[in-house]
Amino acid sequence: MARRVGFNPAFTGAIFYFDVPAMKQNLYNKVFDRHVVSRLSSGQYQVFIGLHLVHEVTSPQAFALIRERGLKVRFPNRTFATVDHIIPTDARERKRPLLDSLAEEMLQAIEKNTAEFGVNYFGTDSGRQGIVHVIGPELGLTQPGMTIACGDSHTSTHGAFGSLAFGIGTSQVADILATQTMSLGRLKVRKIQVNGRLGPGVYAKDVILAIIRKLGVNGGVGYAYEYTGDVISNFTMEERMTLCNMSIEGGARIGYVNPDETTFAYLKGRPHAPQGSDWDKAVEYWRSVASDSDATFDDVVTLDGSSLAPHVTWGITPGQSLPVDGAVPSVSSFQESEQQLIREALEYMDLKEGQKIEGVPVDVVFIGSCTNGRISDLEEAARVVKGMKVASGVKALVVPGSEQVEREAEAKGLPEVFRAAGFEWREPGCSMCLAMNPDKLKDRQISASTSNRNFKGRQGSPSGRTLLMSPVMAAAAAVTGKVADARKVFRLG
Amino acid sequence: MTAASTIVSSVSGRVVSVRGNDIDTDRIIPARFLRCVTFDGLGEHAFEDDRRGLKAKGQTHSFDEAKYQGASILFVNKNFGCGSSREHAPQALMRWGIQAVVGESFAEIFFGNCVSLGIPCVTVDEAAIAKLMAAAEANSTASWTLDLEAQKISGPVSETATMPEGPRSQFLSGKWNPMSELLSHLAEVDSVGAALPYVSGRW
Ligand code: SF4
Repeated sequence: MARRVGFNPAFTGAIFYFDVPAMKQNLYNKVFDRHVVSRLSSGQYQVFIGLHLVHEVTSPQAFALIRERGLKVRFPNRTFATVDHIIPTDARERKRPLLDSLAEEMLQAIEKNTAEFGVNYFGTDSGRQGIVHVIGPELGLTQPGMTIACGDSHTSTHGAFGSLAFGIGTSQVADILATQTMSLGRLKVRKIQVNGRLGPGVYAKDVILAIIRKLGVNGGVGYAYEYTGDVISNFTMEERMTLCNMSIEGGARIGYVNPDETTFAYLKGRPHAPQGSDWDKAVEYWRSVASDSDATFDDVVTLDGSSLAPHVTWGITPGQSLPVDGAVPSVSSFQESEQQLIREALEYMDLKEGQKIEGVPVDVVFIGSCTNGRISDLEEAARVVKGMKVASGVKALVVPGSEQVEREAEAKGLPEVFRAAGFEWREPGCSMCLAMNPDKLKDRQISASTSNRNFKGRQGSPSGRTLLMSPVMAAAAAVTGKVADARKVFRLG
Repeated sequence: MTAASTIVSSVSGRVVSVRGNDIDTDRIIPARFLRCVTFDGLGEHAFEDDRRGLKAKGQTHSFDEAKYQGASILFVNKNFGCGSSREHAPQALMRWGIQAVVGESFAEIFFGNCVSLGIPCVTVDEAAIAKLMAAAEANSTASWTLDLEAQKISGPVSETATMPEGPRSQFLSGKWNPMSELLSHLAEVDSVGAALPYVSGRW
């Protein structure tokens, strides 16, 4: 709401102020403005952070810093912690003390720090542990109109609810612990409109890979992305989370979707969602933070969803992807300044210019992560692999994103389907998304992975290789032993 | 992490270059070195896998070359520091000896993490970085100065090197670590919190 000078007809001649809805505002600016605490002497804004999510990797030094300075956690009831990155996903290896003494030390640190500072903590015996970007939404902690920060770049995931959610470094984790605020500049906002209807076998993962391919891995630097259009409105919340999750891979620290009926239906009844008579008022508030119909943007990009095919990455950045029926691009098709990176990617991946990506053999299949480790991802993968077998020589893992996802999957009988097909069914955690727990690639192994980063060495072997794709495409790779077009392998749609 | 900020108006010293676009934080500090509860000892693992990979091919990463040891300014290309938000990346560079970074562009979270550590990241254009890298590689003993006040990097050659006004004034005023200033507004913090229905619980 903006203050306007008005003329009061009841008191002739009197000037007064009244509140009218300021139109033309986008969600980013509305939410940002409501959270500004002060203008710092540097010109940056001091911004209130409504929800602070914490995990074991980026927080120990921050807790140590505030302890050293004799500070307290300012809003412990707005701070929630869990353990995800270092936790083994093999049930036998989760016994304490963990075999890896460094991981055990980190686990003890988060337990001790959260207890000492009165922070909510979801450990492995809580029934609520999981990847931080999976548990925030499923517990109803993540809500529209919030500012959400976490020492993790994939915090952009929570933007699916129409919140401003972004990753921060450890110094800022300390700032937020101590003050519930941080120093921020204002971003520009780019509206990305995805029109049409996705074909069978094409998922949110393919949409975001296509967006990053189009706009580049640094195309979003300085921007928040607002995702809109028919494809996005028709997405479930879990699909919106997959989409927003990878905003950061396009350089955009924030990606969001305006809250709508889908958002409210998802949140209703979740443990931390408003209850009873508060519910309707909350929904009204949430509607008010959505972008106005005539909102202005710094840039607008449109994409035709109907023409998208399933995507696969072929290189060492998430922008290096292609439709599954495509061929690895030639070095000369890139600008000169890009060519060195393209040569480096081809050499690292051991792929040739012009080579079809379909048919590239895989050693490992990983279905999980904060991008695609939710119940709908696992259900869809289970549906297609039911009755089929993982190709011989392929190691295939399914890792639920949280204990809640695990319980839901068990209730639906998914572990049995996966095990019968030859997949390993694991305990919740980040697993093979990154090299901090026992799940790792070995040597030059190549993995079909539903995670979000195909950087060199990302999956644990300094020379290991990653092909990013959707869960159903990963399932197709598992049963064929190579990159395959899921639309040909399974009966879809 | 330094609690007390000091004014950062210039950084002087020798230069080391790491060429390549889109160098991500997993490359700057591989995730296995994040299994720690302090930032101590990260410096020696900066670019560890890239260094090992080159060694295996009989080549040498610039961070391993004797002539670049002790360098305090890092030259890089586009989108440096993309990927993970790990502050371990700038911490590793800082503990190796880097006090300033000059490049074509930086990933946003990396840039912000560097601000919090008092490490200015300044931007130069593509033609300029090519000249700067060539000059630094031709003469590894040359001394360079990044002048944040004048927004200039000078050594054997000199080029304009810019930084957005907000963070630049943080460095020049010694307020790159904002915690003290944030702490001075706690009453306003509480009132902004109280006005937010999801914080106050009053919908
Ligand atoms: S699943 Fe991967 S990307 Fe997501 S939080 Fe864990 S390590 Fe990070």
